[in-house]
Amino acid sequence: MTAYGKGGFIARDWTRQPPARTPAYKTSVTRSPERAKISLQSTLSEDTGPRFGHDLLGPLDNDLLQNFAAPGETAIGQRIIVHGRVLDETGRAVPGALIEVWQANAGGRYRHKKEGYLAPLDPNFGGCGRMITDETGAYHFRTVKPGPYPWPNGGNDWRPAHIHFSVFGQSFAQRMITQMYFEGDPLIWRCPIVATIPDRAAIEGLIAPLDMENTIPMDARAYRFDIVLRGRRASYFENRPEGM
Amino acid sequence: MTKLHESASQTAGPYVHIGCVPNFCGISGVYAQDLGAQMVNENTLGDRISIIGTVFDGTGNALKDAMVEIWQADTNGIYASGDPDPNFSGWGRKAGDDETGIWRFDTIKPGPVPHRDGHMMAPHITFWVVARGINIGLHTRMYFPEEEVANADDPVLARIEHRNRVSTLIATRESDGMYQFNIHLQGPQETVFFDV
Repeated sequence: MTAYGKGGFIARDWTRQPPARTPAYKTSVTRSPERAKISLQSTLSEDTGPRFGHDLLGPLDNDLLQNFAAPGETAIGQRIIVHGRVLDETGRAVPGALIEVWQANAGGRYRHKKEGYLAPLDPNFGGCGRMITDETGAYHFRTVKPGPYPWPNGGNDWRPAHIHFSVFGQSFAQRMITQMYFEGDPLIWRCPIVATIPDRAAIEGLIAPLDMENTIPMDARAYRFDIVLRGRRASYFENRPEGM
Repeated sequence: MTKLHESASQTAGPYVHIGCVPNFCGISGVYAQDLGAQMVNENTLGDRISIIGTVFDGTGNALKDAMVEIWQADTNGIYASGDPDPNFSGWGRKAGDDETGIWRFDTIKPGPVPHRDGHMMAPHITFWVVARGINIGLHTRMYFPEEEVANADDPVLARIEHRNRVSTLIATRESDGMYQFNIHLQGPQETVFFDV
């Protein structure tokens, strides 16, 4: 399916997205554009986007318990399954969407050379995974629940447990990076990065509830996280040759 | 029609490499190759070009943890979701160097693509920039300095009211096939970003 015959994107709702400059998240202060963005009705350059085939994926790409572990080993921590659907703003499923995830290990430590937290690395946990949504927009992966960790921002700031998500829809205009949080975590409402989002309901949309129905008994708890990408207007009166 | 709200964006953070370019940051053995690392092969049609650049913050310092993605048409102006050159991916992804912040794309010069009304746009490459401290990914475009006539007739560049800012979207040519395109997040040279 191509997007060529459709209308442009529904205008982004900036009351639900973080502004560029959010002083309580200090790094944003010098990395935030100050001039107004130029509004641009999308063209082919934004309506199209890279597509990824299932042949890209290896069998362990969506299994963070195993994809970095030595043979016979598994990552240490609380075993969880994260699953959900990718939809657009009109409620349609987005099939074929590439999702990439990354996270800290169960102790709150990332496998990264610029990471200095004293919690130990897990030799059997790399922290990355990826998947492509099926025809209903559904995805799932298995991992350990990441730990919270301190970061240098305020004098005593801790990130709530979270998993980073990068999502490609069908158009480059839909490109998104966000973070998933876990139901019940008291650090969520103390976090300056979470608080960059100006709307409480929009924050709640990033908090995955525990999903007992899909929890595997004696094995792994499930969390459900649905992702909504931008949607397109209908193209009433728009598909006309130039000049008409 | 169900009306849902777009999920809220959050910063890519300092460890975006783990998920998006794991081999770059030393996590090997999970994915064979980082996605977007290679855009062309020996059979790709079109003029080979390289683009190097740096993302700068408002103090003039280079970001060393930015990730940049580009999306472009093939040499005939066809995007990879149409019927394009099968030897060209159209999409690239690079992280800035740990020490210098410099990134580099090896690609081809895109052909022109029509705007919604059929009017041709000047050849350009779409950029998307994320980093720690950037709360929502930034969309911009790179145009080519040798396309003066096409750039002057480009309907997107024409949308920019402050004409002295147009130059922030035009790369500089360093040598044959080698362009530099720096992105300034803030300050007097702030790059034009788009609300698509």
